[in-house]
Amino acid sequence: MVITPAQARDLREVAWNAAAQVVDPEIPALTIADLGVLRDVVVTDQGVEVAITPTYSGCPAMNMIALEIELALEREGFRNPVIRTVLSPAWTTDWMSEQGRQKLKEYGIAPPVAGGGRRALFGEQEVACPQCGSANTEVLSEFGSTSCKALWRCKSCREPFDYFKCH
Amino acid sequence: MATAICIQNSALFMYVLGRADDALILGHRLSEWCGHAPMMEEDMALANMGLDLIGQARELYTYAAEVEGAGNDEDKFAYLRDVQHYRNVLLVERPNGDFAQTMMRQFFYSAFADCYWRAMMSSTDPTLAAIAAKSEKESAYHLRHSSEWIIRLGDGTDESHRRAQSALNDLWPFTGELFQANPEDDALFAGRIAVDPRGLLQPWTENVTAILRSARLTLPQSQWMQKGGRSGQHSEHLGHLLSELQSLQRTYPNATW
Ligand SMILES: [Zn+2]
Repeated sequence: MVITPAQARDLREVAWNAAAQVVDPEIPALTIADLGVLRDVVVTDQGVEVAITPTYSGCPAMNMIALEIELALEREGFRNPVIRTVLSPAWTTDWMSEQGRQKLKEYGIAPPVAGGGRRALFGEQEVACPQCGSANTEVLSEFGSTSCKALWRCKSCREPFDYFKCH
Repeated sequence: MATAICIQNSALFMYVLGRADDALILGHRLSEWCGHAPMMEEDMALANMGLDLIGQARELYTYAAEVEGAGNDEDKFAYLRDVQHYRNVLLVERPNGDFAQTMMRQFFYSAFADCYWRAMMSSTDPTLAAIAAKSEKESAYHLRHSSEWIIRLGDGTDESHRRAQSALNDLWPFTGELFQANPEDDALFAGRIAVDPRGLLQPWTENVTAILRSARLTLPQSQWMQKGGRSGQHSEHLGHLLSELQSLQRTYPNATW
């Protein structure tokens, strides 16, 4: 099948929107577009190719995400979509959209501090409680239920909460 | 039983494979703690660190397969190579021992990985630089966690001090191999694809001795170092580890979930 540039543009938009709605299976409040995992979508005569970037090295959700993108594209009529993993440049939590950070907070997870660097990775910057907003918080466990999270506690409202680590 | 795959030689391929093996074997060792750690938070920490390392190994194996171009993949490298084809340093295959042994091994490796991956971020190879950018953050986190434990154990009770000192004495001779360079790697160093590990010995020693001092632990007198892993000569421990890691693929070749 030969497609015109205009058709390719329209198809790309359809494909992008379909892929962008795929959510992280471990944090279903976030789409892969919010996370910054969705890198690129290319539509050619050969079909559709989606580029994604892994978050944490060992994140087991990546396989699931690739499978979900494939299914989402097939539902839109794209046959045999190709999912390509792009390593360079490496993903960082700074790629998470503002909307993504807001959604995380509403979900009860403290979002990563933007542009925080190494000090924020170690939680040395202020992490506000996603429940009450207090900055009077402390780390409970540096490692949490998934590789992207640490376990924190709010000393004001006494609630424990997850913190999405800076990476 | 599945046949072991045949390995092609090329400096970059062998180099990447060696780094992948370090990460996989240490990651597997940490996974052996799952459900056995002294407390809940530590169980999560060990499993998480293991997961980071296995993730790094997967990316490195995938890249090694691309460099080799012989149709291998991460699973074939992990599951279908015999022990003498593994190129990891001997340190990472040391058995878990007690918690002090595990933490001392983690501390030595993470202190190395932290400065190694930071230096590798400026590799002229974009894939290695990208893998380094992630691994550096993960290693820094592992280093902080293990350093805190070394201080807590060494500067703790008589019993924890005794165990930490004994772990230090046992594992110290395995640290030298981290800084060993193979003659085939010279071209990689010249092209700034890889960093020469010999240049990392001094900063590593400074960081490590500072933590050991805070932990009131004493460096062993002997400077004699073990080696062999990088050339495929391993201790019996790696064979036992692989027999577990590979058992499913070896018994049911090409089995999938
Ligand atoms: Zn609160």
